[in-house]
Amino acid sequence: MSRAAEDEAEPGPGAGWPLWEVFVRPRRGLAHTHAGSVHAPDAELALRNARDLFTRRGEGVSLWVVPAAAVTASSPDERDPFFRPTADKPYRHPTFYEVPEGVRHL
Amino acid sequence: MSDEATGTAGTAGGTAGGTADATATGPRGAAGTAGTAGDAPPGTRETALALGDDALILSHRLAEWAGSAPVLEEEVALANLALDLLGQARALLSLAGDEDALAFRRDARAFRNVRLVELPNGDFAHTMVRQLFFSAWQRPLFARLAERPGPFAAIAAAAGPEIAYHLDHAVTWTLRLGDGTAESHARAARAVAALWRHTGELFEPVPGLDWLDPAALRADWTAHVTGTLRAATLPVPGEPPPPGAPFTGGGRRGLHTEAFGRLLAEMQHLHRSHPGAAW
Amino acid sequence: MNARAETEHAGDGTRDHTANDTAGHAAAFERTIAADERIEPRDWMPDAYRATLVRQIAQHAHSEIIGMQPEADWITRAPSLRRKAILIAKVQDEAGHGLYLYGAAETLGTSRDELLDKLHAGRHKYSSIFNYPTLTWADVGAIGWLVDGAAITNQVPLCRCSYGPYARAMVRICKEESFHQRQGYELLHTLAHGTSAQRAMAQDAVDRWWWPSLMMFGPPDDASPRTEQSMAWRIKRHTNDELRQRFVDICVPQAEALGLTLPDPELRWNEERGHWDFGPVDWAEFRAVLAGEGPCNEERVSRRRRAHAEGAWVREAASAYAAKHPRGGAAPHVPTAPTVGAGAS
Repeated sequence: MSRAAEDEAEPGPGAGWPLWEVFVRPRRGLAHTHAGSVHAPDAELALRNARDLFTRRGEGVSLWVVPAAAVTASSPDERDPFFRPTADKPYRHPTFYEVPEGVRHL
Repeated sequence: MSDEATGTAGTAGGTAGGTADATATGPRGAAGTAGTAGDAPPGTRETALALGDDALILSHRLAEWAGSAPVLEEEVALANLALDLLGQARALLSLAGDEDALAFRRDARAFRNVRLVELPNGDFAHTMVRQLFFSAWQRPLFARLAERPGPFAAIAAAAGPEIAYHLDHAVTWTLRLGDGTAESHARAARAVAALWRHTGELFEPVPGLDWLDPAALRADWTAHVTGTLRAATLPVPGEPPPPGAPFTGGGRRGLHTEAFGRLLAEMQHLHRSHPGAAW
Repeated sequence: MNARAETEHAGDGTRDHTANDTAGHAAAFERTIAADERIEPRDWMPDAYRATLVRQIAQHAHSEIIGMQPEADWITRAPSLRRKAILIAKVQDEAGHGLYLYGAAETLGTSRDELLDKLHAGRHKYSSIFNYPTLTWADVGAIGWLVDGAAITNQVPLCRCSYGPYARAMVRICKEESFHQRQGYELLHTLAHGTSAQRAMAQDAVDRWWWPSLMMFGPPDDASPRTEQSMAWRIKRHTNDELRQRFVDICVPQAEALGLTLPDPELRWNEERGHWDFGPVDWAEFRAVLAGEGPCNEERVSRRRRAHAEGAWVREAASAYAAKHPRGGAAPHVPTAPTVGAGAS
């Protein structure tokens, strides 16, 4: 990532702590969702920093922290090949089908 | 003793003396509703002042870090510790009287906190080692209080998870400072050496808690602290000074440090400048 | 797509494109803006759009963390334990907001370290309001009511900013900041209804903070060259003068409810406009503070610089520890407290 190069170029007192993506489960029954990011030198501190920053008002019951560098993301350039082909398959959606008048629970 | 604890400020003594006055300005923190001192067992007030003053003064010191923490994430963390402790202090002091009268209108000699919590912050290592020593003591103490029916059970139970997190935070940083760089190791070792003499006071009898076995508390504390220091590659100075060792304690009797007078001068100045005002 | 791992924070989409692509990408960018949809970090965006955002978000983040100082100064003197708890929580929120915003700026490919270095070197600005001193306890109330009030007026439209991460950070911040304004108003209300000394303290604070608060909206529209482009990009939704007027209109009745006056003899209701008319802002003062001549510019930045420098050994220690213990775990025999949070589940 570009960050690593910058850190090497500028080894001042601020340089160093990598970035972690933070995911919070707001309450039981819901999935973890991306909340933001924190800097931390290791996973333990990342978890604690995330707890302190993102759950000050009781916003969560569980946390994940993931090194930002470990996430592989699709590219905006690939948006069309990745996502457009699904747009022309309306038969995957229930609204595609006509149901005779009066038929219920279908 | 209890006369002395009502302080030298006449009005404060009056308010803070017998009547518990947990008003609308009372605690909103961890403890929920506080009981009243009127129907409480004897010694409740003494205990509430000792434990409440510990929490109040340590909270004050931690909050002094605001704007000066070593990294922004730690600004948030230190403020969390300060807020938790302030919530505990408000609940505990409300058992002894009006929280503001007790905090802002007692003179230094009427405060019952251990000296450990009033010492100036020093560097970040000093603050974290102090937190380790204090939280490792507070945790087993509050666990015992939570199990014992009485005026402190609810407050101690609510504070339990807070204290566990404070201890976790202090351990996390003690390990990183002790086993980090040569400089951080040296600073952490200096903090341990400087603070050690103040740990003996933690195991003097807490006023009003006759049933508490200081030796057992001390065993819990020693196991936790020495384990952490060793893992952090820091030297363990040996046994804490025994209770009553010369010049190592006295906070529970109102004998504080010079720095404490300045702390109170700052903390109480505004409140005392406007007698009778509401805030 | 290149092989390296990427998240939002890679944020360097421009470098992946050849000149031939640019026209198509620019058209896609314009379409997204026109449809009032959000630009996301790895989308192509014009260099000037990126630069504008980095500058604005960084300035906003810096304002949050510099803004901690004038209020933190009163934590140790707060006159009741309730007020003390509120103030600690508020100053803490400001650190948190700074962190959200630096995080948003980082998605544009600029590291937090880099932004902080620029702040510390005096090459980045922050809101000039924080170069004024907090002289009395009532200033804490005036900052909450007026400064946070002005900030919220500015920030609410930013929740719909065209850049996704900034808009999301603003949603979180606005939600948290509403308590900041209320606590300030409540504090002033208590003083205004207290002793005569307290009342005088409250009026004095409002007198000192009113005009600087109006300056927070920035120069008047005819002297704000960037506004037009920012509005075209839907970074900004309203002009400086619109927001300033909105703020004045909100504050006048609130001041009345406090029983305090605003220090502007020209303040009067304009039936025709449906707004409050107000007197001229002293833009010479604004420019002087902006140029570094305010009462506290030097001490705010140097305190920030000192905290950062004095924390270097702590940050280095944690990095060294992480290198020695690559799994991030404590040695197995350490009696740690219960693990916080839960791992993957």
